[in-house]
Amino acid sequence: MTLTVTEEEVEMKVSELVEKFGLKVFSGESGLENEISGGYVSDLLSDVMGNAQEGQVWITLQTHQNVMAIASLKELAAVILVKGFEPEEDTFERSNEEGIPVLGTDKATFEMAGNLFITLT
Amino acid sequence: MKLEFDIASGDFSKAGRASSRIKKMLKQLQVDPKVIKRIVVAIYEAEVNVVAHSVGGKMLAEIDGTGITVIVQDNGPGIEDIEKAMQEGYSTATKAVRNMGFGAGMGLPNINRNTDEFTIESELGVGTVLTFRNNF
Repeated sequence: MTLTVTEEEVEMKVSELVEKFGLKVFSGESGLENEISGGYVSDLLSDVMGNAQEGQVWITLQTHQNVMAIASLKELAAVILVKGFEPEEDTFERSNEEGIPVLGTDKATFEMAGNLFITLT
Repeated sequence: MKLEFDIASGDFSKAGRASSRIKKMLKQLQVDPKVIKRIVVAIYEAEVNVVAHSVGGKMLAEIDGTGITVIVQDNGPGIEDIEKAMQEGYSTATKAVRNMGFGAGMGLPNINRNTDEFTIESELGVGTVLTFRNNF
């Protein structure tokens, strides 16, 4: 019997992503074991609402709590804030309530998204 | 089953309250996740529209055995040109609202795409009524 593992089958948890890229965990620690299905990059909330898929990691520079409303409704795995941005207080609270981690990096969107893409494909 | 929500103008912190509640309820009723995913997009966008563009309004959601019907009604100011408002990319949102990542002109098109039935009526100086439905 042979077992074939294709490239699409890379499975990763949010915690592994945090470790691999030294991401800061701001909140939502209970969701660190969420499985990642892919990524989505956008700062337009309706774009994410309309096009992001369940289990994706959302890379954005928006820091207000509507980010968490969307992450929750779309059942995203985590949110990564770029360029050293930090979540607002109510974003922080909402993230903890929903168990969806808000992560941070000093990298710009291009670099973070590139890293995530390479890791997941 | 009927649910009613007041939606205040300008209060973005509350946007998502109705969609979140309705999502939980539909999950409890074991509605097909694909149906839930679509209707919550429409409901969230409708909430944000009332917050961002109107003087305030309310949302009524009615769940029956075959689907969910949502009526969103605001108290003005009404939409000047509905055809334009329905165009992807057209928005009258303020700069402050755009800076938050809203106002990309995708709200109404998102509602249209994620519902089985959708009507919009508006009268300047009176208000706007959205009615949409998704079947289970």
